[in-house]
Amino acid sequence: MRQIITDTIIQAVRKISMEAAYDLGEDVVHAIEEFKKREESPVGKGILDQVLENAKIARNEQAPMCQDTGFAVLFVELGQEVQITGGDFYAAINEGVRQGYKDGYLRKSILGDPLERKNTGDNTPAVIHTEIVPGDKIKITIAPKGGGSENMSEIKMLKPSEGLQGIKDFVIDRVRRSGGNPCPPVIVGIGIGGTFEKCAMLAKKALLREIGHRHPNKFYADLEVELLGKINRLGIGPQGLGGTTTALDVHIEVHPCHIASLPVAVNMQCHAARHKEVIL
Amino acid sequence: MSEKKKINTPLTDDIVAGLKIGDEVLITGNIYTARDAAHKRMVDLLDKGEKLPFEPKGQMIYFVGPSPAKPGKVIGSAGPTTSYRMNAYSPRMIEVGLKGMIGKGEMGPEVAAKLKEKTAVYFVAVGGAAALIAKSITGNELIAYEELGAEAIRKLTVKDFPAIVAMDCHGGNIYKEGIAKYEKK
Ligand code: SF4
Repeated sequence: MRQIITDTIIQAVRKISMEAAYDLGEDVVHAIEEFKKREESPVGKGILDQVLENAKIARNEQAPMCQDTGFAVLFVELGQEVQITGGDFYAAINEGVRQGYKDGYLRKSILGDPLERKNTGDNTPAVIHTEIVPGDKIKITIAPKGGGSENMSEIKMLKPSEGLQGIKDFVIDRVRRSGGNPCPPVIVGIGIGGTFEKCAMLAKKALLREIGHRHPNKFYADLEVELLGKINRLGIGPQGLGGTTTALDVHIEVHPCHIASLPVAVNMQCHAARHKEVIL
Repeated sequence: MSEKKKINTPLTDDIVAGLKIGDEVLITGNIYTARDAAHKRMVDLLDKGEKLPFEPKGQMIYFVGPSPAKPGKVIGSAGPTTSYRMNAYSPRMIEVGLKGMIGKGEMGPEVAAKLKEKTAVYFVAVGGAAALIAKSITGNELIAYEELGAEAIRKLTVKDFPAIVAMDCHGGNIYKEGIAKYEKK
């Protein structure tokens, strides 16, 4: 057994909480630059310019690229040969988030109770998804998620007879109804199959994939490209003010499914597509 | 790209009437911040016939909940929040003299109607461009509801704050017209 102390986890999570808020991934920057060249709306082009300039300022000044520094969502791949010592594993992750959001001057957006609506003051608790994997390492990914794009997400239990066309219609309709609210250009994460909760999880996980990387199965890879094309013909454009850049990419994840079901979930991600990972 | 229009607050009927959707503007002067919770409190005050924490005549509200300011900075990152959540409140605020709002995303027909009736305007700032927008904010004074944290009402002093006219007082709505223009069937 390899031992990892909770203090190491706290420090690592603190660091990636801040880095995620300040430093937009190169894949996103590159995609925006490419789409800007083809954007037909002058207002839209100007917006993409602002988004790129903003990313630069955020990185240089170590300032949050967006004031909504999100719900701290963490994906943990825990090697089965790792033993955590020095305290509670989940408490350590939450402590890392607490320190990162405080020391990094990130916004605290979490309410302790959904109806009482009182702020917890330190952006905890985080949402933590853990998977046990072979090996003696821990991989922690943080993907802070803003409210604007999360609110435009949706899951639907289709009838199997609705099939592929039903999935396409649902996705396109969801993006169309979202308009400017999720801060387009967006990345669209789609889950197909599994159960109700598994499907939502697939859509969320799809957002972690690097822009431009296609699904390994050609059928789904082609479907990603087809949906991306259709979405960008909707005319929504940057910030929903009209244009040809509505989505930077579409990522699909699939899972085996029950004979009676065809779940499909769409998780919308704004251009502030933040994620950072660390391997301990 | 078209020339950017410079406008100053407080806004007058003449300034507002001269703005149409798609105009890119640079705003200088004072703007007030408020989100859902602060709006709810202000509308409650109006219902009770009481005074608002600031005089709304000719003023603008920016829908924003900034991140905390680093030491030595006026404000943290400060981009717009989604505006439709304020559909229930903005018409009331316009009735008592508010001339403009800044947010992101389309506002509802009840807001569009009030913009027309009272000669007011809805601007969007670029959602997510929060570090860039913060550069145009030179003053930040807490006005009310400190306990709401990021949702408190603040008076911001801005210089050349970048925004785009999204819904104007002539019935124009860029979300409808802009999208129709670039939609490919
Ligand atoms: S949707 Fe994203 S970019 Fe827009 S305000 Fe929310 S977190 Fe920021």
